[in-house]
Amino acid sequence: MSFLSQVATFFTTGSNWTGSSGIVALSLEQAKLAVVAVVTAVIAGVGAGSLLGHSGRGSFAVVNAANAARAVPSFALLTLIAIQPAMVRLQEGGFIAAAITMFALAVPPILTNAYVGVRDIDPAVRSAALAMGMTPGQLLRQVELPLALPLVMAGIRTAAVEVVATATLAAYVGVSDLGTYIFTGLDTRNNVETFSGALLVAVLALGVDLVLAAAARGLTPVGLRGPSWSWRHGTTASLATLRPSPPI
Amino acid sequence: MALVGSAGPLLQWSWISSQSGTILSLLVQHIELTAIAVGIGLVISLPLGVAAWRLPALRTPLVGFTGLLYVIPSVALMALLAPVTGFFSVTTAEVALVSYTLLILLRNTVAGLSSVPADAHEAARGMGYSELEELFKVQLPLALPSVLAGLRVATVTTIGLVNVTAFIGQGGLGQLIIQGFGEDFNTPIVVGLVLSVLLAGVADAILVAVEHLVLPWRRAGAGAPR
Repeated sequence: MSFLSQVATFFTTGSNWTGSSGIVALSLEQAKLAVVAVVTAVIAGVGAGSLLGHSGRGSFAVVNAANAARAVPSFALLTLIAIQPAMVRLQEGGFIAAAITMFALAVPPILTNAYVGVRDIDPAVRSAALAMGMTPGQLLRQVELPLALPLVMAGIRTAAVEVVATATLAAYVGVSDLGTYIFTGLDTRNNVETFSGALLVAVLALGVDLVLAAAARGLTPVGLRGPSWSWRHGTTASLATLRPSPPI
Repeated sequence: MALVGSAGPLLQWSWISSQSGTILSLLVQHIELTAIAVGIGLVISLPLGVAAWRLPALRTPLVGFTGLLYVIPSVALMALLAPVTGFFSVTTAEVALVSYTLLILLRNTVAGLSSVPADAHEAARGMGYSELEELFKVQLPLALPSVLAGLRVATVTTIGLVNVTAFIGQGGLGQLIIQGFGEDFNTPIVVGLVLSVLLAGVADAILVAVEHLVLPWRRAGAGAPR
């Protein structure tokens, strides 16, 4: 039987979808891990990034720290956290270790983009808002964040795609997610299982990317929207050098 | 120390000194794997970038394909390559590493070439440059800042990814991480992590210096080239 038809058989076999180690359960676990990490990273990254962009104070140190954090291999951080006695004792220790690692992976692109997005707002817009009597808090919430939104959302997309793909590694520390197929397949040299796992992760990552792209467009203030193709094109092109690492 | 647990102290210096030979050779392997991957990535991306820039019909498929490689988890990509390029082979590791450098380098090459001002193009034409001369003497040099920015990102990224190739028996410092996890022992993981970060920092600093050397017109600051 050819390789691809074996893969097709894997996906059309009903029993592969159900149960605690089925496709549905493992995909949900991967999604759960990604949601926990990205949501917490959005709170921390957008919060810190927009405040830094707003005030400009201490931004050099924080942005450089965020860039340096990108050089930390997720694989090392994950294993290091996972073997700590406090984690080993916990029932969900592997999941928590993976969530912390994915959080660390997601914060830098979100923080950097939020910072740059808020910082680069036309000073005239800021002056106008202040002249209208807005408080600094109103300025941040009603003017700066909405204008920075395309860049903020681009950072969230990058982070989410990376996290979904990298969450695969969590299987190495005992989390039952889609990485389980990949690692089991690697151990038993079962390429069908590995390939199927990789395919599921890639589909999940692409799906997340598309959903977030649509969300970004929906959330962008109408005045900032161009024709859909040029908006998306322009954003990704200008981010060429901001785009960080691929999935580890 | 409060951090002492079943996983041992974060850094056990006696282990480090007894293993210094092994650590050094893994560091060298890490550098080799990175240099080869980034070098090959650059050799592939530059001509592809020029092609994608000159022929817009190629751009979408090329950027799309390299973008697709980006969402495949690296462990999976290596596992899938293994039957073709050999289990536990350097080739498998390198093919995977190179494929992750392509998107960054290709995108930045296209972005750099696209940002060459129309004035420069017209001046080159007016001076009688052939298309090839213009490419090598005007357009590529002007695209260099963007290409070098991509090279920096690709290098730092690859240094991190090399760790993952430990799953297929390569991995340089990544082998220390696997060892530490397997033995429930902090020190090898911390050594691998710290050296990996330091290596990324040093490589980035070297590339910044290269940028400084090959882009003399940028040193004057924001002013126009003299």
